[in-house]
Amino acid sequence: MNGPYTILGGGVCGLAMAAELSSRGAKVTVIDPKGAPGDHACSWWAGGMLAPDCEGVSAEPEIVRQGRKAAGWWASHGAQVQHEGTLVVALHRDQSDLTTFARRAPSAATLSKEQIAEQEPDLADRYSKALFLADEGHLDPRATLIALHATLARRGVRFGGDIKGQVIDCRGLAARDSLTDLRGVKGEMLVVRCPDVSLSRPVRLLHPRFPLYIVPRGDGVFMLGATQIESGERTRATLRSVMELMNAAYALHPAFGEAELLEIGVDARPAFPDNQPRIRRIGDVIYANGLFRHGFLLAPALAQMTADLVLEGKIPEVWYEDHRER
Amino acid sequence: MPTFYGTEVTSRLMLGTAQYPSPAVLADAFRRSGAGIATVSVRREAGGDQAGQDFWALIRDLGVAVLPNTAGCYSVREALTTAQMARELFDTNWIKLEVIGHADTLQPDPFGLVEAAAQLAEDGFEVFPYCTEDLVLCERLVEVGCKVLMPWGAPIGTGLGLNNIYGLRSLRAYFPDIPLVVDAGLGLPSQAAHAMELGYDAVLLNTAVAKAGDPAAMAQAFGLAVEAGALAATADPMDARDMAAPSTPVFGKAML
Repeated sequence: MNGPYTILGGGVCGLAMAAELSSRGAKVTVIDPKGAPGDHACSWWAGGMLAPDCEGVSAEPEIVRQGRKAAGWWASHGAQVQHEGTLVVALHRDQSDLTTFARRAPSAATLSKEQIAEQEPDLADRYSKALFLADEGHLDPRATLIALHATLARRGVRFGGDIKGQVIDCRGLAARDSLTDLRGVKGEMLVVRCPDVSLSRPVRLLHPRFPLYIVPRGDGVFMLGATQIESGERTRATLRSVMELMNAAYALHPAFGEAELLEIGVDARPAFPDNQPRIRRIGDVIYANGLFRHGFLLAPALAQMTADLVLEGKIPEVWYEDHRER
Repeated sequence: MPTFYGTEVTSRLMLGTAQYPSPAVLADAFRRSGAGIATVSVRREAGGDQAGQDFWALIRDLGVAVLPNTAGCYSVREALTTAQMARELFDTNWIKLEVIGHADTLQPDPFGLVEAAAQLAEDGFEVFPYCTEDLVLCERLVEVGCKVLMPWGAPIGTGLGLNNIYGLRSLRAYFPDIPLVVDAGLGLPSQAAHAMELGYDAVLLNTAVAKAGDPAAMAQAFGLAVEAGALAATADPMDARDMAAPSTPVFGKAML
């Protein structure tokens, strides 16, 4: 079953799908309204954390299990994966959240003030206790998508043209016309430049209302994310959200007060009611969707399972639904 | 079961709908707890063009009564606008009125609360005011037309339980005919049972369930606790005493 296959959507889901299929010898066309990765895909705004254990504190165990495949998959597809782990801190008043987090993330090691100083010297004077998840990684989503797009084009994946063969729909929220139980969960993020702060790895600041993280992008640039609001709107970052993100960064380290604001981003993540993705057959089309806040974490597993399905007829072990009429 | 503004509800447990790991877990929590009322915030999710409608549809599908709230409103005007929006969205006159007075503790603004409650009641709303356990504030709220009171147990999200038992007991004594609901601050089912034992009609909580490791199990635990506490309140509990009272006679010991 070497194709051809037509993938709709060139965000993280569609490109990972194209990479997996084409690397296994299939003929692939990707159709995306803009042709190349860009701000029309919600993965453009992602944090790019490959942090299954942190996510497991509130996400289903299957997300942790499937997410463990992500770092290796991305590295083998040319992405620059940083293996620096994740640091988790809480403000003094939220220390009980750190206790809860430690209990629910069994692989987290507790760091003392001295150990924090070894990992992140800039945070040493500010926190006497932190959690460290050594096995986690992160990548730069935009650089990854752009590089993957270029690699695929070189490999002979066609971008644009006519629909041929089996259609695999990876359009995210745009596929709501066919996936009635798909909803949007709005997220807002910031990109700032702050040469005064140096971090080597993503830092999560436990926050009572949403999971807040700061991801270093190099050259003094940081991504701050992300709100999580039950709303399908893909524009309109609110002052309240931006203020909360800024305030959290400022609380993490006051030097962020002098950061230059480079970007305010907003989009909505596609999610099913249980916030887990699906590979769903409806009619002749296979839909891969619902990656929620786990685009880079789960796109590899979803792509592998879909490729196993279409190339080898192997039914995915999880997240598979056949809605075809019998 | 308690009756709010002429409507008898099916449970003494009311659950918030924020901060669950997913809507599917939220639905499970409702199923297992038997909660009869879902509160839902409309301010943040509303956005442009009712962008939160997918989530609201999930809430309607729970099959329980919906009590929209004005969470996140800091002024009377915001609360009034949000209440109007909620009435249209959910086709109900019920509104859980929150006018927040303090951004950090989310403590109610008693002055704004009374003003907003008066205007909403005049406009035909059936107001469920989120208030402190202050007796005078509660009297004012009743004067302006509130027929339910929702004093906090402790500040939102703290899980500290019932901070001022005396105040809550005193409200029960002063308002024997007004349905009273402990809203906010509960962390454990035993605290919910305690509220029921004080003669309260219902409890409303969110974080204790949504942030539990297993929200559906915790929701069920709260459901059972609320039932246990309410049953105990009808069973004329014994009064506590200082000295042990052996249930069989003990011979040869000093009689104190």
